[in-house]
Amino acid sequence: MTRPTVLVLLDSPARSVEEVRPAVLELITLGRTLGRVDVVTLGAPSVEVLATLGAYGVELVHQAQLPTSVPEQSYRLTSVLASVLTTAVRRNDADVLLVPSSFAGKEAAAVTAARLGAGLVVDAASLSWGGDGAAPLRIGKRVFGGTWDTVSTVASDPAVVTIRANAVVAEPAEVATSATVEPLPVEVHAPQVTVVERTLKARTIGRPTLEEAAVVVAGGRGTNGDFGPVNELAEALGAAVGATRDVVFEGWFDRYIGQTGVTVAPRLYVGAGISGAPHHRGGMQASQVVVAVNNDPEAPIFEISDFAVVGDLADVLPQAAAVIRAHKESQQAG
Amino acid sequence: MRIVVLLKYVPDITSDRRFEDGRVVRDPAVGSLNELDENAVEAALQLIEAQPEGEHEVVAVTVAPATADIAVRKAYQMGVQRGIRVTDDALAGSDYFGTTAALAAAVRRLGDEQPVDLVITGMAALDGLGSVVPALLAEELGWPQLTLAKTVALDDGALTITREADDAYETLSAPLPAVLSVTDTANSPRYPNFKLIMAARSKAVEEWSAADLGLDPADVGIAAARTVTVEAAPRPPRPELQLVVDKGEGGTALAEFLIRNDLV
Repeated sequence: MTRPTVLVLLDSPARSVEEVRPAVLELITLGRTLGRVDVVTLGAPSVEVLATLGAYGVELVHQAQLPTSVPEQSYRLTSVLASVLTTAVRRNDADVLLVPSSFAGKEAAAVTAARLGAGLVVDAASLSWGGDGAAPLRIGKRVFGGTWDTVSTVASDPAVVTIRANAVVAEPAEVATSATVEPLPVEVHAPQVTVVERTLKARTIGRPTLEEAAVVVAGGRGTNGDFGPVNELAEALGAAVGATRDVVFEGWFDRYIGQTGVTVAPRLYVGAGISGAPHHRGGMQASQVVVAVNNDPEAPIFEISDFAVVGDLADVLPQAAAVIRAHKESQQAG
Repeated sequence: MRIVVLLKYVPDITSDRRFEDGRVVRDPAVGSLNELDENAVEAALQLIEAQPEGEHEVVAVTVAPATADIAVRKAYQMGVQRGIRVTDDALAGSDYFGTTAALAAAVRRLGDEQPVDLVITGMAALDGLGSVVPALLAEELGWPQLTLAKTVALDDGALTITREADDAYETLSAPLPAVLSVTDTANSPRYPNFKLIMAARSKAVEEWSAADLGLDPADVGIAAARTVTVEAAPRPPRPELQLVVDKGEGGTALAEFLIRNDLV
């Protein structure tokens, strides 16, 4: 085949795009290994965003032009997002569509695949062309709570794939390009779903979101509701903070990692006061390095850990945070 | 009011699951109703119970081999009136689209008997965790989708949900008929009551075939699957656990492990 085209969704909630999220940079990095990467967006990219996209080797940004009858707060509805993606793939004759593995992303990718008659893989971890660099696309995925690795092929052109955060390390292109914006007229029927209200979540400045973080520190029942030590270590590591379902039901924290909560697959996961119940394991087992701190030497999470401390998290975490802070300071000074 | 609840029979997540020849192999005896589908059943029962007296029905539908009767029976014990299992060799190996085609055909056939107002599902099946079938089903039926609901309210023929989206809190509303998926925070599934447990034992599960639903075998099952699993292997075992018992230096040891492995 001629040089394949990969289309990446510049997932953004607003009419203007002020930043490129790390997950999208990872998708572009992955896409470059397959062919030429174009980006599709619902919002107007800022000058800084275009510069970042150029540094990552993107030449063309397709900016959706939606009818004014579609209100901005409806942009994230599955039917609307799927119309944008479907139009972009057709217009571009893209061979691969890559979408971040958020719930909204997965639903939109699925409906897009349905409309295109394309094969779909969700929550993938790796992508490559077959042996001689040609179709079919080979898609790696970790299944059964991270205990098995599979490779699937998608024979359809295009292939639609959602990619988990932290699947690759984002890296700028060897040769930077300059990205230009092209309007993409999109026909959308009035959505059947009305967005009555939409409130953006507050983001902790300087901290990554739990879904996308490369480092996650999570607290369980063993915290007894005191997340101070968990937060202290997270701050030292620049990590996102999560919890177990029990903790959220106790009202000690608001976001939990688990099968029905947030699924994470960071480079580093630190679990503090977490026993490792199946529900939680199902949401974090694909993490690359697992570290656990628990005062119970029989905690099941140790079975899937690379490094573990049997001890009181209120002693262990602040001590670790202090050593890490000192290490970072000495590196900066050096 | 007539509600269809979709059920999935899933293997126990701690049971042995593996791949053979690109297909998932599981022990059919170790499984149950997908836990999240209990929330779907509960949501359906609560919506019906809030209706004025009249003819109301909750129908459970599953696409699966006969082992899935365990799941349907659990729904009977909770109070579902009718259970249907769509079983056909032609459906084996279905991907998201084949599964959706079969589910949509079952909903359409039920609708031919008598209109269906709502389809309710759990937010995900705990085996695959794909979370895309509710959205695909809404697309296939041409109905609005209200997915990942934390709260559900029905008022004047319009369904309103609240949910926590990836980056926002949302309140969404749509007219019926619609497809609804609920999270495990939407409600607390009721315990089966004794009378219903006894009744569920003798209650039959209706069986429909692909032909009963007018499904073309070319559109479902392995024949129509757009993805093929070509390799599957257990993940290599982790390097041996390094375990430190804290005697005052545990935190330092942890930090040194992270620094040594370039994780800081």
